[in-house]
Amino acid sequence: MKDHDISRRGALSCLAWGGAGVLWTMAGGVPVASALAAGKASSASFSFVQISDTHIGFAKEANPDTSATARSAIELINSSAPDAALVLHTGDITHLSRAGEFDQAAELLKGLKPSELHLVPGEHDVLDSAKTAFFDRYGAASNRKGYYSFDHQGVHFIALVNVMEFQPGGQGRLGSDQIEWLEDDLKGRSASQPIVIFTHIPLWSLYEKWGWGTEDWPQAMSYLKRFGSVTVLNGHVHQVVQKVEGTVSHYAAASTSYPQPKPGEADGPGPLTVPAERLRAALGIRRIETLPLKISDGSLA
Amino acid sequence: MKSLLPFAALVWAGAASAEPAPQVVIEHFTFGPNAITVPAGATVTWVNKDVEPHTVVSNERKFQSEALDTGDRFSVTFDKPGSYGYFCSLHPHMTGKVVVVAR
Repeated sequence: MKDHDISRRGALSCLAWGGAGVLWTMAGGVPVASALAAGKASSASFSFVQISDTHIGFAKEANPDTSATARSAIELINSSAPDAALVLHTGDITHLSRAGEFDQAAELLKGLKPSELHLVPGEHDVLDSAKTAFFDRYGAASNRKGYYSFDHQGVHFIALVNVMEFQPGGQGRLGSDQIEWLEDDLKGRSASQPIVIFTHIPLWSLYEKWGWGTEDWPQAMSYLKRFGSVTVLNGHVHQVVQKVEGTVSHYAAASTSYPQPKPGEADGPGPLTVPAERLRAALGIRRIETLPLKISDGSLA
Repeated sequence: MKSLLPFAALVWAGAASAEPAPQVVIEHFTFGPNAITVPAGATVTWVNKDVEPHTVVSNERKFQSEALDTGDRFSVTFDKPGSYGYFCSLHPHMTGKVVVVAR
């Protein structure tokens, strides 16, 4: 994993499309891009990891062996972030929601050194008509709803699901039940408590034409506006992208399976085949340190 | 091309047994043709030619495919005239329509 130099130039170079990573720090719950020399993390600091879009079961030209690249990603986590408090998987664990794919993914994820794993489903994980494959395995934390929250050392983590309520012609959706739950979950919380949301599809409208956004996010965001620091980690688009909406910072992550085209640069989204020797450079994981918040994206090559 | 349309209609009317099997190709994240008109009783078949899996789901949930991987097919027989909107539940920006006309 490339750790970013504490330099302004290093940070700015990472703000570009598809950059190897981004660096943000948070002071007093407020993200400050320029506070790069900000000193030591507080005693309550900890790190966690995001892994996304493993697509176990996919075996086509864009990546004939997604298990091998997922294994490399897990090895990278173990070597670069062995002390991570948590691992967040932001969905598309499997490619076709098949039991064998979930079994294989679970076997691979057992290899993670950090022991606490949280997962949200991607649309590829709820393809079975009964939608039991994901929830039988990972539904306990949320009473089979998929959305839930927990606190870790002062940070409030929220898992949101935006792949279960699709409507024709639309994008991702949270749905009214989940938004009501979110409003309730946030009620009474101090506005200075850092919030980390993890979900699959981008919450902001990254590229509506390809469905890369969440229709009812504006309503959900209205309950988050009073918080000084909201960090959203998502997958789905298989590339590193960031977006700032007021106090909300969105970070789309690389996948461990195959890259996808940049918005509008192909007929549609979907696996992008790159020369085999360049595949691993297009895949990666993300390490997040807090507090202050520092995000580093590292590629597998 | 316009002149072909009455001809196609004539073929339908005149030689029912020679009707081409109505097919919708899923490619580049679109349903083609996007709207297909068939006579009542026809069976429409979707075939996925993308690397990405897709589904065919009626807007009113009157029919629903499992995930169609590359090369997979899904067929629905339409007995009643009407307009049947559908979409891909994996990529809901993908929409299409089957218009069923009385024979």
